[in-house]
Amino acid sequence: MAQSRPAILAEGLEKSYGETRALDGLDLEVEEGTVLGLLGPNGAGKTTAVRILTTLLKPDAGRAEVAGVDVVGQAGELRSRIGLTGQYAAVDEYLTGRENLEMVGRLYHLPKSYARRRADELLERFDLTGAASRLAKTYSGGMRRRLDLAASLVFSPPVLFLDEPTTGLDPRSRLAMWEIIGELVSGGTTLLLTTQYLDEADRLADRIAVVDAGRVIAEGTADDLKARVGGERLEVTVTEGGDLDAAARVLRSYAMGVTEGGEGNVRADADRRQVSATVEGGARLLAAVVRDLDFAGVQLDDLGLRRPTLDDVFLSLTGRAAEQEAEDPARPEQADKGEEREIA
Amino acid sequence: MNVPADIRAAGVKLPRRSRFYWALADGLVLAKRNLIQIPRVPELLVFATIQPVMFVLLFRYVFGGAIDVSGTSYVNFLMAGIFIQTIAFGAMTTGVGLAEDLQKGLVDRFRSLPMSRSAVLTGRTVADLVRNAFVVVVMLAVGLLVGFRPEAGVAGWTAAIGLMLLFSFAFSWIGATIGLLLRSVEAVQQAGFIWLFPLTFASSAFVQTDGMPGPLRAFANHQPITQVIDAVRGLLLDQPVGSAGWLALVWCVGILLVFVPLSVSLYRRVAAR
Repeated sequence: MAQSRPAILAEGLEKSYGETRALDGLDLEVEEGTVLGLLGPNGAGKTTAVRILTTLLKPDAGRAEVAGVDVVGQAGELRSRIGLTGQYAAVDEYLTGRENLEMVGRLYHLPKSYARRRADELLERFDLTGAASRLAKTYSGGMRRRLDLAASLVFSPPVLFLDEPTTGLDPRSRLAMWEIIGELVSGGTTLLLTTQYLDEADRLADRIAVVDAGRVIAEGTADDLKARVGGERLEVTVTEGGDLDAAARVLRSYAMGVTEGGEGNVRADADRRQVSATVEGGARLLAAVVRDLDFAGVQLDDLGLRRPTLDDVFLSLTGRAAEQEAEDPARPEQADKGEEREIA
Repeated sequence: MNVPADIRAAGVKLPRRSRFYWALADGLVLAKRNLIQIPRVPELLVFATIQPVMFVLLFRYVFGGAIDVSGTSYVNFLMAGIFIQTIAFGAMTTGVGLAEDLQKGLVDRFRSLPMSRSAVLTGRTVADLVRNAFVVVVMLAVGLLVGFRPEAGVAGWTAAIGLMLLFSFAFSWIGATIGLLLRSVEAVQQAGFIWLFPLTFASSAFVQTDGMPGPLRAFANHQPITQVIDAVRGLLLDQPVGSAGWLALVWCVGILLVFVPLSVSLYRRVAAR
């Protein structure tokens, strides 16, 4: 493997399912030994990208290399250099934890005794030794994910793909998973991970690529991206019948990135009687804002600061909330998106 | 021999063998996986056995008295039909098993491994062959209890068993193809009734085809299940098999020649739903 080559390289990947364009010219580059977080809402094309890079799908156009090997031309060779943990914990429920790992070892063509020892070692490392002889269907969600991750590590792949590794996990299992992934990465594994959560990408990834409508719309470190959203989000909820416009005027004077007469990133939501804006300066700003709101005669129900979320990053990059798409992946997205783009 | 933390860095050598060797070896690993699950979900096997037992009782005692067959008793006529019907419905198990592996993401895992492309399918069909053989043995015992008296010698039994195994294996690959096409357990089950009912009932399984109206008789006389049933029935009752013997073989081999490559090519492209 050539040292200078990136561990994962994708150029202009395209993939359509009927009318829906899942990937629309996706480019990626991941240096050996680093972690790339692929961040985006449901239906953005993250999973399609992972499926192409792990040889499960063929791209319609474009090319990709993983660990120095072409994903289409040398798919067979590539499969012995990667590990994949998909969105569902792909473990066989009616096998025990140990049987699951041994089976995967055998399918990597490890000799029987190796497969067995490797299984034991991974069970130990993932804290599953006590449950090794129990059927996987008795495992908790977190245990299944750990077993699934262990299965993708049987052959110590230099490049690992994790597709939403913590979706659906409770906060404790999520933290445990983060710790495990962190250890892997410090061991030098190149990792591509997809996630819907900024904090997850923040915690695990060296670089983050934000994906929307099948292409990368921004790339950089977590700090880069946050800087693009800017500081924190200040949210003000006015009382029933309160003066939302007055509140918006006050927030505009504190909001970042307000240009001549523009709205900046001040958002008003009449239904929820809420105004929000991205601000810098944190808690010490609050006192001033409260004073100004009081002076303007705005009656408050609630006021608070929160950290930027994926939604904020997304909104600032696309002018649209990430959530809306997640709700209805079935609608013909391209036409809609094209229109929204033009308006924005 | 200790396993190093990083197998690759430690240069663990994988045995180099031919593709054909790995197709068999990987298929066996997965057949074993499928077989050890059977006793862990005993309900499935129990229901798969109870249903044909009910057919035996239904036709032996409810309809049997009203059905005329020439040359032997009705229960002797019936049992070959029961064996083949049981095996044919076993093909649905193959499709259901594959659809389940797809839905749970296991096929994605298997497809991302450097293993043989046909092994998931051979592992499934071989395991279902063993499973079908078990159910047929149970049916034979039930048949003997209700008066089935086969008259075959060693050669006849050997040929009948061989043909049933071949038929089971062949139909399993049709089931595999359907499983990969439909990709959902429920859909495979529904579809199973649609293609298996006409094939098993519009056949010589329960009645002689002579009494059927023209077009139906033409279909019944020329479809694979009738040929296999007639061949197995003739062999077990030590009666002349006629053209059914080689026609049954041709059908089974033909089905394998079409559905093995078809399902393997579907598997290479299949995506979880």
